[in-house]
Amino acid sequence: MTRAFVSGNEAFAQGISLCRPAVISAYPITPQTIVVERLSEMVADGKLVSDFIHVESEHSAMSCAIGASAAGVRVFTATSSQGLLYMAECLPYAAGGRFPIVMMNADRSVALPWNIYGDQSDSLSQISSGWIQFYAMNAQEALDMAIMAYRIAEDPSVSIPFMVNLDGFNLTHTYENVDIPAQDAVDGFLPPYKTDNRIDLEEPVNMGFSAGPAYNTLFKMGEHQGMLNAKCAIPAIEDEFFKVFGRGYTGLVEKHRLEDAELVIITLGCVSGLCMDVTDRLREEGVRAGVLRIRYMRPFPDEEVSSALLGAKAVCVLEKDVSFGNAGTVFGEVRSALYGSGCSCTVCNRIAGLGGRDISSDDIRCIFEELRDGPSDVRFIGGQTS
Amino acid sequence: MIVPRLTSDISVWSSDNLPSSTCYRAGTLVDVNAGWRTVRPVINAGLCKGCYRCYLHCPDGTIRMESGKASVDYDFCKGCGICARICSFGCISMEVER
Repeated sequence: MTRAFVSGNEAFAQGISLCRPAVISAYPITPQTIVVERLSEMVADGKLVSDFIHVESEHSAMSCAIGASAAGVRVFTATSSQGLLYMAECLPYAAGGRFPIVMMNADRSVALPWNIYGDQSDSLSQISSGWIQFYAMNAQEALDMAIMAYRIAEDPSVSIPFMVNLDGFNLTHTYENVDIPAQDAVDGFLPPYKTDNRIDLEEPVNMGFSAGPAYNTLFKMGEHQGMLNAKCAIPAIEDEFFKVFGRGYTGLVEKHRLEDAELVIITLGCVSGLCMDVTDRLREEGVRAGVLRIRYMRPFPDEEVSSALLGAKAVCVLEKDVSFGNAGTVFGEVRSALYGSGCSCTVCNRIAGLGGRDISSDDIRCIFEELRDGPSDVRFIGGQTS
Repeated sequence: MIVPRLTSDISVWSSDNLPSSTCYRAGTLVDVNAGWRTVRPVINAGLCKGCYRCYLHCPDGTIRMESGKASVDYDFCKGCGICARICSFGCISMEVER
């Protein structure tokens, strides 16, 4: 193990390198660029043995990843924002083909207006693409998830591609101290990828076939089941990770001071850290505040969310996206999970941090103050310039 | 060079025997698509010389050679008519499906 002061992108590149992907196909886009640059340097310097394929677009990057995975090897790609949307056609293709590709997405605003800064509009628009979706809080967790992502995705009961989301700039470009595990420890935790879902010259198979009305539903049900199986695989693999590397994680959600919390913010990504910080300060002032961080948007932690909120009086879903004409995407998912669950809390939605707008601790304090009145409205933070 | 009978491996698939992904033994198709056809190729075995031209040109691999004569796998033939066009001996005619 070594300790290093690196950005989120660099930490993630280190994590991926330790997983020994045989093929990396990627196209650069801000703010993902550095993860791909670092990996290409490792390949060029001979520190990582991998076929690094320069492609002409994100659509090609994912098509290439699907082809490589269909050849039976471990694959990595990374993208962001417009790039994710450009490869959107290929996302269900990878998921339906049950190819356990790992992709890093640097969460970024979606045009128009053109904007390169962070929010979660890109990945949250793709939650039905069939990919596992994870949202990292800090660089260490991002690095560790690079390693765990392959274990989860490649688990035979799952076989689902895995998207690790890092908040653009706030996480991808922020420098932190991280522990980088030793290669032999990762080799022990993550054995080489073996699968029957591949092209084989000795045992030829028909791959990526069509299934018409008679059998289509069965295949989609199998895909859905694979995603649901991840709910069991994730905590089991985290336990194993803890035994090997000494860092524990908390499954589909992370609960911060929720035991007796009355006022709760539900959020995802690295703004969770600030919310927890504010919560700790409010606790010192006697406010029964708490934070529920959604780590996985798919599979969605419906039972974890509703059971965590049984004692809550008022909840706010704080998110960096809007599903135009409705509300925030996460808000819709959370409210749906709460319906009929026995929770009696009010739920409101605060849409913040769009296009990289800073979410301040004052903003969060303000939300907790509003929660005392039990609001259930949908509102943007940052609509007024100051 | 032998094209396997495409239908021979298909039993009824259910959640118990469904492949874990869209990946299965070569020569297996999930759906028959005979319903796409409005005309069907009919081979006059008496005129067939067993030259393999239709066999090679069929875009769906639905023509088999049996005892030196061509025959059509109607479960997968889409009725495109290429075989009838390519036959040098005029032994394949396209007949309207009824």
